[in-house]
Amino acid sequence: MDDALLDKLEILADAAKYDASCASSGAKRRTGGPDGIGSTTGAGICHAYTPDGRCVSLLKILLTNYCLFDCAYCINRRSSNVRRARFSVEEVVRLTLGFYKRNCIEGLFLSSGIIRSPDYTMEQLMLVARTLRRDHGFAGYIHLKTIPEASPWLIEQAGLWADRLSINLELASDRSLKEFAPEKDGTSIKAVMGQVGERILEAKEEKRRFSPAGQSTQMIVGADASTDLSVLETSDTLYRRYGLRRVYYSAFSPIPEASSALPAKPPPLQRENRLYQADWLLRYYGFTVEEIAAGGESGMLDLGIDPKLAWALKNRERFPVDVNRADREMLLRVPGLGARAVDKIVEARRHTSLRLEDVARLSSGLKRARAFLIAADHHPGGLTDRADLRQRLVAPPKQLSLF
Amino acid sequence: MRHVELKDGADLDGFRRALRGLVALGVDPDEVAWSGGAAPSLFGAIAETGTGPLPADAPPVSLPRPVGALIETVVCHRDPERYALLHRLVWRALRGERDILDHHADPLVHRLAMLDKAVRRDLHKMHAFLRFNEVRDPDGAERYLAWFEPDNFIVEATAPFFVERFESLVWTILTPVGSLQWDRRSLTFGPAAARPEGLDRDDRFAEGWQRYYESTFNPARVNPTAMRAEMPRKYWANLPEAAAIPAMIRSAPARVQAMVEAEAAAPRHRNPDKAVAAMARQEPATLAELNRIIRAADPLVPGATQAVLGEGREGAAIAIVGEQPGDQEDVEGRPFVGPAGQLLTRALEEAGIERSAAYLTNAVKHFKFVARGKRRLHQSPTAGEVKHYRWWLMKELGFVRPRLVVTLGATAALALTGRSVSVLRERGPMGFGDWSGVVTVHPSYLLRLPAGEGADQAYRDFVADLRQAREMVEGAG
Ligand code: SF4
Repeated sequence: MDDALLDKLEILADAAKYDASCASSGAKRRTGGPDGIGSTTGAGICHAYTPDGRCVSLLKILLTNYCLFDCAYCINRRSSNVRRARFSVEEVVRLTLGFYKRNCIEGLFLSSGIIRSPDYTMEQLMLVARTLRRDHGFAGYIHLKTIPEASPWLIEQAGLWADRLSINLELASDRSLKEFAPEKDGTSIKAVMGQVGERILEAKEEKRRFSPAGQSTQMIVGADASTDLSVLETSDTLYRRYGLRRVYYSAFSPIPEASSALPAKPPPLQRENRLYQADWLLRYYGFTVEEIAAGGESGMLDLGIDPKLAWALKNRERFPVDVNRADREMLLRVPGLGARAVDKIVEARRHTSLRLEDVARLSSGLKRARAFLIAADHHPGGLTDRADLRQRLVAPPKQLSLF
Repeated sequence: MRHVELKDGADLDGFRRALRGLVALGVDPDEVAWSGGAAPSLFGAIAETGTGPLPADAPPVSLPRPVGALIETVVCHRDPERYALLHRLVWRALRGERDILDHHADPLVHRLAMLDKAVRRDLHKMHAFLRFNEVRDPDGAERYLAWFEPDNFIVEATAPFFVERFESLVWTILTPVGSLQWDRRSLTFGPAAARPEGLDRDDRFAEGWQRYYESTFNPARVNPTAMRAEMPRKYWANLPEAAAIPAMIRSAPARVQAMVEAEAAAPRHRNPDKAVAAMARQEPATLAELNRIIRAADPLVPGATQAVLGEGREGAAIAIVGEQPGDQEDVEGRPFVGPAGQLLTRALEEAGIERSAAYLTNAVKHFKFVARGKRRLHQSPTAGEVKHYRWWLMKELGFVRPRLVVTLGATAALALTGRSVSVLRERGPMGFGDWSGVVTVHPSYLLRLPAGEGADQAYRDFVADLRQAREMVEGAG
């Protein structure tokens, strides 16, 4: 690796870091064997964490940060004065294999600015994946960010080699997209999601490999005026209609060379955090978007407390619930009890009547849960309905943001 | 009191043998003092007075599967009490509590679950944070070396992961509690080792990784607590990239401040208007360009020799769409040259259509087969596969602009209509969106019919369909 390549790596990693996803999960098990290299384990591994607390699992780079598009929120838009660089297909392959052999990464997350044309760019991305798989027997994880403006056949060829495809929606509403990303089009982005979703389903049924770890997307929050409610409604539609595996939320982050069209100040990081919590409630805890939104005010989530606690505080008539009797659905709604803890509770209570100290062994969130729970030796009494319950449960707010 | 002495580290075999003996003799866990592992046993001086040795050939103990799995991980823990706890668990499992591990709130079960979790986490962190460095062999061969300090006795347990992932490389892993060596064929467990000197001295990828790590960090989101929760300080010494962490955290606020304060600058470069305009013209503009794309693309199902492109001239009045190339087509790279193709040529002639005047192509461009010995047996494409190729077929027909499209068989009809068509029931004229068309059988269907009056009639019907297609074109022309 020479100095020139190192410099490019620095530029193109810097340019790629605003994509939140770095997950290497969901792939089918696969190994490279004696002639190839690598394996996927299903769960994925974080090989390091950066001081922003984010997992480093994949080599996340752009093929190039030259771009003909002009998306206001993006550091790589054509009107930005950022330093530019471009990798060759071979260089990306070499970097991926080099880092992989040193056990630094699970694989590659490749994306790109749009050069020449969407088709040309998409083909280059596809060629990287194909070279890794076919010429090097690479069995690690490959996530390709597709260019929704590219021809369908190119996106479908990419699915033959990638573990996951993503298509970033970027902004929750079509109107914002039109305003901030003039070359993009919400309708056609969703059409591509539909196409990819269909191909993934067919391949699964016909036992072929096509983006086996599904597809994901990302929405930037805080760059436009979209409320949490509308962001979550969009996610809900994406999960239902296109079978997306994950929706990532990325709090709009100040960038060097920012566009004047955007707010100079970022939204609190806590907003992103709350959206992720809400997303989990949506997918694994049986909550609806309306219920989650009702926990906050005028379409925005409560930044001070997590959305499950927010919902419980506004629906106190449904508590306390008996840990020894309540059904799973209701236990999942108890603040402080995670899905794993609930499953253990349901299993353990078949053998014994659970007391509070038993619950403490099964869940680390008892401090919050006890106001909402009845156990064999515990009843919260009037605690559930106390006016100052929120104050009692919330630690003094910790400022996550540096501003 | 009975004293059982096991080897240092994770002595799964020793524990299994001892357990069998103890169970055979019905020894209460309270009566046993275990030693082995990191801490010297307090009971080292106690001899097995009056108890006699354990039987060497006691039968295996039948345990619920989850208990067996738990034992395998927990023996790796460095807690000196692990064997005693496991013995107690087995004792209870064998005395009426077979599903003991479901009692998540039971103190013993809970404690063992914590040990199990700690070992799993340790394994996971070793998979994650171990870094190989390339070391130059005197003969120049590629070889990798790693140093890692696990919390528990997990070196052997971690081997399958590294062997599976790096089977094609030659590597050594050194730790203070044992070592592993893999030469692409066999694995050798070795003794504890000391940290080697100058590990990443001439590995430029190690330097590259550090640069990458610094670049992928977003200073606007600095959150060292979250980082430390997943990557505690104790691992930093062996992670080359971690050396940069303090400076990254220190400089973050100033970097962000600078970003926020910077005025939005006017673009320095001229707007690349021409390039932006040219970007829109990416669709293949001619049939030749489309064919170049198809030829370069990979088959959806691996195996085919080459893509078989359509044949005939643009502007042909009739386009005939088959299913997919067969064995012979795949080898020759031309459509309809095998037995079915020859039958088609004959039928076209009888129907008054000159083969060379028609455009011939397939819904799917690659041969799909299963190998049986030397033979390659044709396999029909699935509906999903047909849809993959549909985009190309539609473009292709768009360039050819036939007046009429004849589909041969169910696959072609599916490609043109997007639904499954029962060819025998729906044969004859049918609209395909922009094109008028005729649905008929595939000639390979005729080849499969047993010879006789039925087959002859089927052939006559096929020719009749083709003739009708010709008449439709002539009528329209
Ligand atoms: S297309 Fe838009 S979001 Fe993507 S790199 Fe270009 S400017 Fe950035």
